Amino acid sequence: MTIWAEKKEHYIVGKTLAEKIWAEHVVRQADGEPDLIYIDLHLIHEVTSPQAFDGLRLAGRPVRRPDLTIATEDHNVPTIDIDKPIADPVSKLQVDTLRANCAEFGVRIHSLGDKDQGVVHVVGPQLGITQPGMTIVCGDSHTSTHGAFGALGFGIGTSEVEHVLATQTLPLQRPKTMAINVEGSLKPGVTSKDIILAIIAKIGTGGGQGYVIEYRGSAIRALSMESRMTVCNMSIEAGARAGLIAPDETTFDYIKGKPHAPEDFDAAVAYWKTLFTDSDAKFDVEVNLNADELEPFVTWGTNPGQGLPLNAVVPNPADFADTEQRTAAERALVYMGLEAGTPLKKIAIDTVFLGSCTNGRIEDLRAAADILKGKKIASSLRMLVVPGSARVRLEAEAEGLDKVFLAAGAEWRNAGCSMCLGMNPDQLAVGERSASTSNRNFEGRQGKGGRTHLVSPLVAAATALRGTLSSPADL
Amino acid sequence: MEKFIKHTGTGVPLRRSNVDTDQIIPAVYLKRVTRSGFEDGLFAAWRNDPEFVLNQPAFKNGTILVAGADFGTGSSREHAVWALQNYGFKVVISSRFADIFRGNSLKGGLLTIILDQSEVEALWATLDSDPTTSITVDLETRTVSYGSKSLPFAIDDYTRWRLMEGLDDIGLTLKQTDSIDSFEKNRAAYKPKTLPVRS
Repeated sequence: MTIWAEKKEHYIVGKTLAEKIWAEHVVRQADGEPDLIYIDLHLIHEVTSPQAFDGLRLAGRPVRRPDLTIATEDHNVPTIDIDKPIADPVSKLQVDTLRANCAEFGVRIHSLGDKDQGVVHVVGPQLGITQPGMTIVCGDSHTSTHGAFGALGFGIGTSEVEHVLATQTLPLQRPKTMAINVEGSLKPGVTSKDIILAIIAKIGTGGGQGYVIEYRGSAIRALSMESRMTVCNMSIEAGARAGLIAPDETTFDYIKGKPHAPEDFDAAVAYWKTLFTDSDAKFDVEVNLNADELEPFVTWGTNPGQGLPLNAVVPNPADFADTEQRTAAERALVYMGLEAGTPLKKIAIDTVFLGSCTNGRIEDLRAAADILKGKKIASSLRMLVVPGSARVRLEAEAEGLDKVFLAAGAEWRNAGCSMCLGMNPDQLAVGERSASTSNRNFEGRQGKGGRTHLVSPLVAAATALRGTLSSPADL
Repeated sequence: MEKFIKHTGTGVPLRRSNVDTDQIIPAVYLKRVTRSGFEDGLFAAWRNDPEFVLNQPAFKNGTILVAGADFGTGSSREHAVWALQNYGFKVVISSRFADIFRGNSLKGGLLTIILDQSEVEALWATLDSDPTTSITVDLETRTVSYGSKSLPFAIDDYTRWRLMEGLDDIGLTLKQTDSIDSFEKNRAAYKPKTLPVRS
């Protein structure tokens, strides 16, 4: 009788997409213990892996599945002079350590100079190795990016990197589920970056803690794959370890023809088509957003939740009812050197950064180049264009986008994380202010004392032309 | 991993919310390939300020960090945990932690404890009036106590057991190798592989 009751419940209550993927990857379940989850793909880079490989060596353990593991160099590599040895000896040691570890343990690596070198979350999708229904991890919080394909992708720490290398599994507590429904259609000049910045401002940087978010609704379905990646990428900025979008024809078309697309594509698609949230499934929380009302969004503070539409003014901390938010806003305005009441569009920018795992893909570069074509950036600022991968760079050059950027007065760099986290020489100086297509506006994120405003590629390009935060409509 | 059963020490009030891992340790300090030596990078930017709490002699030897809400947001860098541990912290108390940071801390034996914001503020007030207040964190009884207070905190049984035994997660999982083997036998053939290389 008990068995029947369980079965009945199983059939009556449908599953969310996240629950389906989870269930398909449970290696072992035991009362009072976390589920042991199988990992389909492990992405590796130089910064969060050396101590993990060391751990394996100390214990005499091999990498269990080198054929489900792939490495690239992205976080601290230079974006100029990549044919020369890395100038910073500490950075060089870290990159050399990754290369040596991959050679020792038989892990595939895409090093500087290789066309598949680049930001790890750009590389996986461009190889077609990110596919629906997978579990994907990386020692990087923006692994949520891969959720755009209907994969469960999430960031892990170095201890977990070692765990996955040794066992191809992770013990994990099952997350709760949140639906974010975005209905309607975006106005011209409004992008998926604005959707996600608006979501973070709405639910806060802790709003998604403990949840996997599924982005749903007509505005999400209308997005290209690359725009979907931008949304899922910043799930972590809302506190959620993973963000998902159900795969559809847009997803299948994107994967088709990529180097690692399934050989039996039809069999894969047949499975991928089962990856959706059942109509009778229940989310733990639902949030609604109207795409029709969205405007270009920009952050004014020092966490990604401190954002507003571009036509707003810098908020007055006194207007925040919540003490914690008021204190945070006061501190943020001091750090950012801003005065309450200043129109955001009056804020002068010193550096525009176009790139990162959030907005460093070919569509992002095309959108910005479209605005810059035949024009010059303001003489008061510099603009760095850093393609997400060497392949994106080659593609852009084949389309002549590099010439557009260079003619406009921007710098055309090689691939890497670059100024998103200021780990390589691409950094803001003290007090310098950026409009950045990246994902974090934390204090000092792009360089000690640097001030960051997060924007879309369209706003980045318009800002580069006008010198102050601007949308394409202002041109 | 060192066993964690009970710790008694003094507290450090960090009156900030949304302390992201870039603040705990900026990216430029992440280039080391070892697990030690990260204490120099801990709160690097804030430590330039003589008023910053860790620069105040009264709080210099604290081992229990008492922070504002949403501690450890942002980057997944486990270096944030190592930096806190290398500096000498054994426990972090906050009303909310970011998921990845909390996971990393509990893997590495840095105990992260969730208390209500009102209790965090009460502890801040106590530390402000007497920085030498002795705080005891007892994982066995799941309580934080100081003065006349004894505050219960929640932690799942499995994690508590693992911390109290000082067990290596990987060793535990490797005992399940048979389950992993049989799971792999049933994986679909169309799941992608990174090798051999296709380009």
